Amino acid sequence: MIEVDNISKTFGDKQVLEGVSCVFEQGKINLIIGGSGQGKTVLMKCVVGLFEVDKGRILYDGRNFSEMSFGERKPIRQEIGMLFQGGALFDSLTVEQNVTFPLSMFTNMSAAEKRDRANFCLQRVNLENVNKLLPSAISGGMKKRVAIARAIAMNPKYLFCDEPNSGLDPKTSILIDELIKEITEEYNITTIINTHDMNTVMSIGEKIIFIYKGKKYWEGSSDDIMRSTNQELNDFVFASRWMKAVKQHF
Amino acid sequence: MSNTLYEVGRYSVFIKSLFYKPEKFSIYVRQVFREMVNLGIGSLWLVALTSAFMGAVITIQSAYNLVNPMVPLWAVGVVARDSIIIEFSPTIIMLVLAGKVGSNIASEIGTMRVTEQIDALEIMGINSSGYLVLPKIIAAIIICPVVVIVSMIIGITGGWIAGDLSGVVPSADYLKGLQNQFLPFNVTFAMIKTVVFAFIITSVPAYHGYYTNGGALEVGQSSTKGVVNSSILILIFDYILTQLILA
Repeated sequence: MIEVDNISKTFGDKQVLEGVSCVFEQGKINLIIGGSGQGKTVLMKCVVGLFEVDKGRILYDGRNFSEMSFGERKPIRQEIGMLFQGGALFDSLTVEQNVTFPLSMFTNMSAAEKRDRANFCLQRVNLENVNKLLPSAISGGMKKRVAIARAIAMNPKYLFCDEPNSGLDPKTSILIDELIKEITEEYNITTIINTHDMNTVMSIGEKIIFIYKGKKYWEGSSDDIMRSTNQELNDFVFASRWMKAVKQHF
Repeated sequence: MSNTLYEVGRYSVFIKSLFYKPEKFSIYVRQVFREMVNLGIGSLWLVALTSAFMGAVITIQSAYNLVNPMVPLWAVGVVARDSIIIEFSPTIIMLVLAGKVGSNIASEIGTMRVTEQIDALEIMGINSSGYLVLPKIIAAIIICPVVVIVSMIIGITGGWIAGDLSGVVPSADYLKGLQNQFLPFNVTFAMIKTVVFAFIITSVPAYHGYYTNGGALEVGQSSTKGVVNSSILILIFDYILTQLILA
């Protein structure tokens, strides 16, 4: 479980996050939703420590992450897996080397053990016979799956996904969503997804946090969204004709 | 002025961040060897070509300028040898490497920054600056003196061949000049300069690449800044070291 307690963040004169508090629950898919430029990516980057918060606390299972030094954070960071928007695979390494990279850095596994673990993780994301390929030789959807394989290689307790469906076709998007859901349930991890994909919100979102103008405007489940009277949330979620039709039907 | 001070301060913080305890020493050592191949072996043909022609030009120009009958012809060999050892090999070759290696480092690290690969390293708990930059600096400090010594040998040989083939300086005179009044300290001085320049041509472009913000355009700008700033710093430190050590 990750607790975010009253955090604020400014860049220059611009207040990007203001007094955001929320709890990301273990074993659940926690979604951060909101329009572009509303602060959801900054919130996620603050939670994982890529940005330092100006005010407030971030607690990983009670451990105050925001007050730790770089060295003190290392054990927690090794419990974190992250899927970046573009995959962020290392260009110079093969698919297998990408997956085994954290194992090489933080474990004393033999080459054979690392290879076995990489094969297991790649099979888990339905990828086979790609071990020796470079990231430039595989498709966008495959890159996302390799990134998930790398993220789960160290058996993380916390999985962060930044826009996991961006740039993917609808079928591959559903595949990635289902994969994240399966992994969350299988390993009982705390998963946090940053998205504005309404299909993801409605199909796998268990706990949803809506960020608007740097503040938490709404919190609830995907069912609650349908009944919500929050104007800003409705303007965002039901912006498309298709989603309006879904709400009317509901 | 305040911007320059800000850059100097941030560069100092960046350099300090390289020296955190490595996550796994063996991986860093492997990286150093890989970078030595990239930086050194990968640049050898360029260094050889530049040095050969540089030596040839120095020899012919020296012979052209030393027209006084009071000056013996073997003096061309002395001038060529000392010019190549003290100045041309350590400074010009390192300026050439600043262009090749510097742009490569800045664009590689800059691309990793804008594609979030550096963020991915940080998330894993890896000191990204240490992992990406320190092996490059250590590799350059080890391999650049070797490259510069190779450059000295090729440059002097190039001068010998050019002088002999053009008939400007006969082999016997050139070889006599090479052996005349040789100061081994000149090589030591050249090595000191090379080590300082090796640090500059790796750390400055790496710094610019590491703090790239934006996309492909900014990666290109970082690469240009890295090469320009490291070239300027090489010239400034060339003067400072010459003043400190030789004056």
